[in-house]
Amino acid sequence: VENVRLLDRLSSRKAALGTLYLTATHVIFVENDSETRKETWVLHSQISSIEKQATTATGCPLLIRCKNFQVIQLVIPQERDCHDVYISLIRLARPVKYEELYCFSFNPKLDKEEREQGWKLVDLNEEYNRMGIPNNYWQISDVNRDYGVCDSYPTEVYVPKSATAHIIVGSSKFRSRRRFPALSYYHKDNNASICRSSQPLSGFSARCLEDEQMLQAIRKANPGSDFIYVVDTRPKLNAMANRAAGKGYENEDNYSNIKFQFIGIENIHVMRNSLQKMLEVCELKSPSMSDFLWGLENSGWLKHIKAIMDAGIFIAKAVAEEGVSVLVHCSDGWDRTAQVCSVASILLDPYYRTMKGFMVLIEKDWVSFGHKFNHRYGNLDGDPKEISPVIDQFIECVWQLMEQFPCAFEFNERFLIHIQHHIYSCQFGNFLCNSQKERRELKIQERTYSLWAHLWKNRADYLNPLYRSNHSQTQGTLHPQMAPCNFLYKFWSGMYNRFEKGLHPRQSVTDYLMAVKEETQQLEEELEVLGERLANLQKSQLNDNKVQSKQQDRSKQLGLSTSNNSLANTPQDYSNDLKSFPSRSPSQGDEEDSALILTQDNLKSSDPDLSANSDQESGVEDLSCRSPSGGGCLPSEDSGKDSDEAVFLAV
Amino acid sequence: MLRSGQPLTGPNRRRCREDEMLLGMVLDEGERGFIIDTRSAQAAKQARMTGGGTEPKSSYPQWRRLHRPLERGRPLQESFIKLVEACNDTSINMDRWLSRLESCRWLSHVKAALSTACLAAQCMDREEASVLVHGTDGTDTTLLVTALAQLILDSSCRTLVGFQGLLEREWIEAGHPFHLRCARSAYSHARMKQEAPLFLLFLDCVWQLSRQFPFSLEFSECLLLALFDNAYASAYGTFLCNNEKERCLCKVKENTHSLWAWLNQPGEKKKYLNPLYSHNALVIWPSVEPQSIQLWQGLFFRWIRSSQYLDEAWEEIQRLVEGN
Repeated sequence: VENVRLLDRLSSRKAALGTLYLTATHVIFVENDSETRKETWVLHSQISSIEKQATTATGCPLLIRCKNFQVIQLVIPQERDCHDVYISLIRLARPVKYEELYCFSFNPKLDKEEREQGWKLVDLNEEYNRMGIPNNYWQISDVNRDYGVCDSYPTEVYVPKSATAHIIVGSSKFRSRRRFPALSYYHKDNNASICRSSQPLSGFSARCLEDEQMLQAIRKANPGSDFIYVVDTRPKLNAMANRAAGKGYENEDNYSNIKFQFIGIENIHVMRNSLQKMLEVCELKSPSMSDFLWGLENSGWLKHIKAIMDAGIFIAKAVAEEGVSVLVHCSDGWDRTAQVCSVASILLDPYYRTMKGFMVLIEKDWVSFGHKFNHRYGNLDGDPKEISPVIDQFIECVWQLMEQFPCAFEFNERFLIHIQHHIYSCQFGNFLCNSQKERRELKIQERTYSLWAHLWKNRADYLNPLYRSNHSQTQGTLHPQMAPCNFLYKFWSGMYNRFEKGLHPRQSVTDYLMAVKEETQQLEEELEVLGERLANLQKSQLNDNKVQSKQQDRSKQLGLSTSNNSLANTPQDYSNDLKSFPSRSPSQGDEEDSALILTQDNLKSSDPDLSANSDQESGVEDLSCRSPSGGGCLPSEDSGKDSDEAVFLAV
Repeated sequence: MLRSGQPLTGPNRRRCREDEMLLGMVLDEGERGFIIDTRSAQAAKQARMTGGGTEPKSSYPQWRRLHRPLERGRPLQESFIKLVEACNDTSINMDRWLSRLESCRWLSHVKAALSTACLAAQCMDREEASVLVHGTDGTDTTLLVTALAQLILDSSCRTLVGFQGLLEREWIEAGHPFHLRCARSAYSHARMKQEAPLFLLFLDCVWQLSRQFPFSLEFSECLLLALFDNAYASAYGTFLCNNEKERCLCKVKENTHSLWAWLNQPGEKKKYLNPLYSHNALVIWPSVEPQSIQLWQGLFFRWIRSSQYLDEAWEEIQRLVEGN
């Protein structure tokens, strides 16, 4: 469709005119501007909702909201075309079969072996070995090898040594969805562990010997403690209500040596609504500070993030400081349980704060343990009530921790944002379906590619320059500050306003420091090379030595030449001619995000948005109509029809 | 950019030829200027009753007047006190924290100050017009706007030395009454007189700039904290008294040491430098969207939360940059 306008949310003056294309996998808007021909690509899987708005004189507005929080406002000149686009997008954004998804057609041009290697990058058996299992207390069980015991669990589960197959099977019959207690994390320093399950089917008075034995087994697997915590991550009221439906929670009277604890995290419906409200705040035009803070509080979002974090902290403390094992569950044990176990693991074990470790963590606690990716993130068209930003919340918890402990994580914010992006993009096969069983049935590993391999290949983009494996923040357990700590929870504009470039610092400290680090390393290598050269020259007479430099470009820049021997002995002056741009290789179809690459020397960025400004200025906006009270322009006393106030242009 | 006090128009709409001539001389034939009045249109109008007022269009035809009300005086001090109370209150739940923060209005004041400074800067840089800033006396919100605008526009104000010069010019010599404004801070229970944290508000805005432009200011948060401390209680004479006249009468220069002399000592200076600094000749336009304005934790939670992890991060940054 031609002559479509793409509006900028912050300023309608920045509308771009171009052509809209719909393909089998993407919506693409290409600007008419012959210089830039800027393209905006949106994957259909990313589309969360499409809104056709009232036709105006300028055309028919169409608003596309994406799961990665991009909001695209189009204006299509003809109502008929707008309607066609609308209907098509509705269909395209709601695939019915898995085969319709992008991952089955995405071709990164790798051969079969590379694809396989990609999937092998994260190996959970290796991970449990790293934890120290199997050992005297824990073993691997194949009781679920054909998914016969629990179809949402993996084939390989880790259980206490004293948990026989009989106990496991018996316990699974007493747990919602048959999700029996299984190991999530083992803390080898003190044998304490984190186990996870779903709620027991206890109703008001039901008991199950095998389930009670299962909890005993978990306790016995930690000789350092004579009790375990059982943490129910639901609000007490909800858990109690479940009893009327024949489910519920563990009664301390029936289960010997447990200390039961509620940590109220709200359910998926509350979280879905919370996110919705927060996004509405993000869509406000020119909000006042008041509008924003009230709106944010009203959504409850940060309160929920804090609740998840507090639960993780409680469990991490129990394990690290008290040396007590913890069994965590919610209702079905695949949402809040996953969040809380993952947060606790990140706090406890520095390995999960490395790039590889984080991938392993997600693979373990989310993918293998049957988090319902399809239902929660809408791979396929399904029940809207199942949709909820569960993993988004976990990812945000990690970001909040990164802000509090800037040196503790090997990866940076961009890593988190790209992972979130791809959970919804369906460009890779990792996050399809609802369980390991379903993925194997669909032969995902043979037909799609692994995100982990892609991220790993581009890991230079995802590194945190402040991370040092021998830094104090990267050793042992993290201890986030407890109360007062409300203020520590910040609004993550890098995620929820990701595509609004005007909001973000125009200068990326991460990218700059990575460039500095790289440059320092290269300079040190050069120094070594020159040192060797010097030594050689001192031994023998001057002759034609080719300078071996790791990169051809650099030797030219450094003024090192193979022909000019008389200067060979003189130290060259290599100062600020060196511009190193970390390479960014976005995957096919990745949206540009707001992390810009800037060097110290110049502020020209690779972002075409900026180069449209003649003087590379940052964050210009229309300030004239922003009065402190959030109202419109204040007329001055004799302004009358003073139109000059509105003239201050945003560029 | 010019600054002044309000014109003493009064209830009888007095005129002053010299004042009109002075402002007329600033502009060329056909040129246009902007007056940014930091009072609301209503407040400015009411000021006439007590002898003040605004510049009537008829007498100052080339000047266009804009009103951008900025909080000052007692309400600003109260906002500050409320904020500090909220920060110290350990009983607040997460579900009431943001509304409590909002009710202090401090962040709204930061947003307003930055917006107004950006407006002044926009007039000059984009419209290429001269700007006159005034509030009531030209000693409070006026200075907030002119000093911030210069930081935005002029890269030389962003160097350590340039920033000190800016402070000397736009706050100290310009006659911000530090003695009155910084007599008491947020914990005092004494009856308030003329205290108001305009200077702190300025420092907060500067901090917001440093967060949005981490490479563009040569000085670090440490300097801003040191300035805050010294404005309220100092071993140095730099922030004493209310204006140059008083400083002369008290012989401040003869009897005290200068804070700048201390800060600029090679040993001390290092603490106050930003390791990421790189001269940026361009104008820096901050975003004033609410998401972009954050609570200055380094100041308001200074004694409440450990800054250990953030300090370690800065040390790491220093190490990386120096290693290069």
